[in-house]
Amino acid sequence: MRSMDTTMNQDSDCNPNDWLNEHGDYLYRFALVRLRDTHLAEDAVQETLLAALKNSSSFTGKSSARTWLTGILKHKIVDLIRHAQKEQPLYEDDPAEEMMEPGMDEFFDDTGHWAEKPSSLGDPARLMEQQQFWHILQNCLDRLPKKLARLFMLREIEEEDNETICKELEITATNAWVMLYRSRMGLRKCVEMHWAERGVHDKTLDS
Amino acid sequence: MNCKEISRIASQAMDRPLTLRERVSVWLHLGICDPCRNFVSQLRLLRAVLKQQSHHAENDEKVVLSHSAREAIRETLHQH
Repeated sequence: MRSMDTTMNQDSDCNPNDWLNEHGDYLYRFALVRLRDTHLAEDAVQETLLAALKNSSSFTGKSSARTWLTGILKHKIVDLIRHAQKEQPLYEDDPAEEMMEPGMDEFFDDTGHWAEKPSSLGDPARLMEQQQFWHILQNCLDRLPKKLARLFMLREIEEEDNETICKELEITATNAWVMLYRSRMGLRKCVEMHWAERGVHDKTLDS
Repeated sequence: MNCKEISRIASQAMDRPLTLRERVSVWLHLGICDPCRNFVSQLRLLRAVLKQQSHHAENDEKVVLSHSAREAIRETLHQH
């Protein structure tokens, strides 16, 4: 299977017409992971292939077509996130909120102590392998405001540093820290709650 | 610093190098505060799981473009 893929890739590397067949699904999955929206992910694939077609002369064959296309897609994803961010600013509901670390009051009491103390989720090595934990994490990601979730995904799974991401998204580092902090606080609370509930359900089923 | 302030800096530690002063404050606080230690572990776990599972998801060949989306893209590419 692997050797066949390689042969096919070599043939299609220079042929833009085959890029959709050969790499379309991969590009789609790559975009879907980051944008968490099937239609946006489809748009990103189309934009990528169009850009690739227009600039096919700049494809030198030094890297594989997939690597080259993925590079274009990364830029398209950032463009889409930036546009979404501008059309719908994070603090549209209450502009004053931005000034005072929005939404953090629900997590802490007046003295700055945890309202609900984070507990240990268990052995990280085991949790990494558990599909159920991943499902809960995905559900919790989908409950975050989309722009928080997308910035968070971009930050957590890309190798790029925060400075680069901020420059590309045209936001300040401070703004990014506030949004990432907010994402992490919401996400970890959601995950902890649902992971604990899963424990209860399992015990109920066992008994 | 209290837990609220520590949690904010601990989150930023995922995105930028902390100053020496901040590192000392977080270190001292984590030494005496289980909830904040759990918080930091959770943030690291979330990042590790997201990185790993995203990599799996990118290579999960069961997830493909829908037929209609693929045809629409093909059509658009033909027009150019």
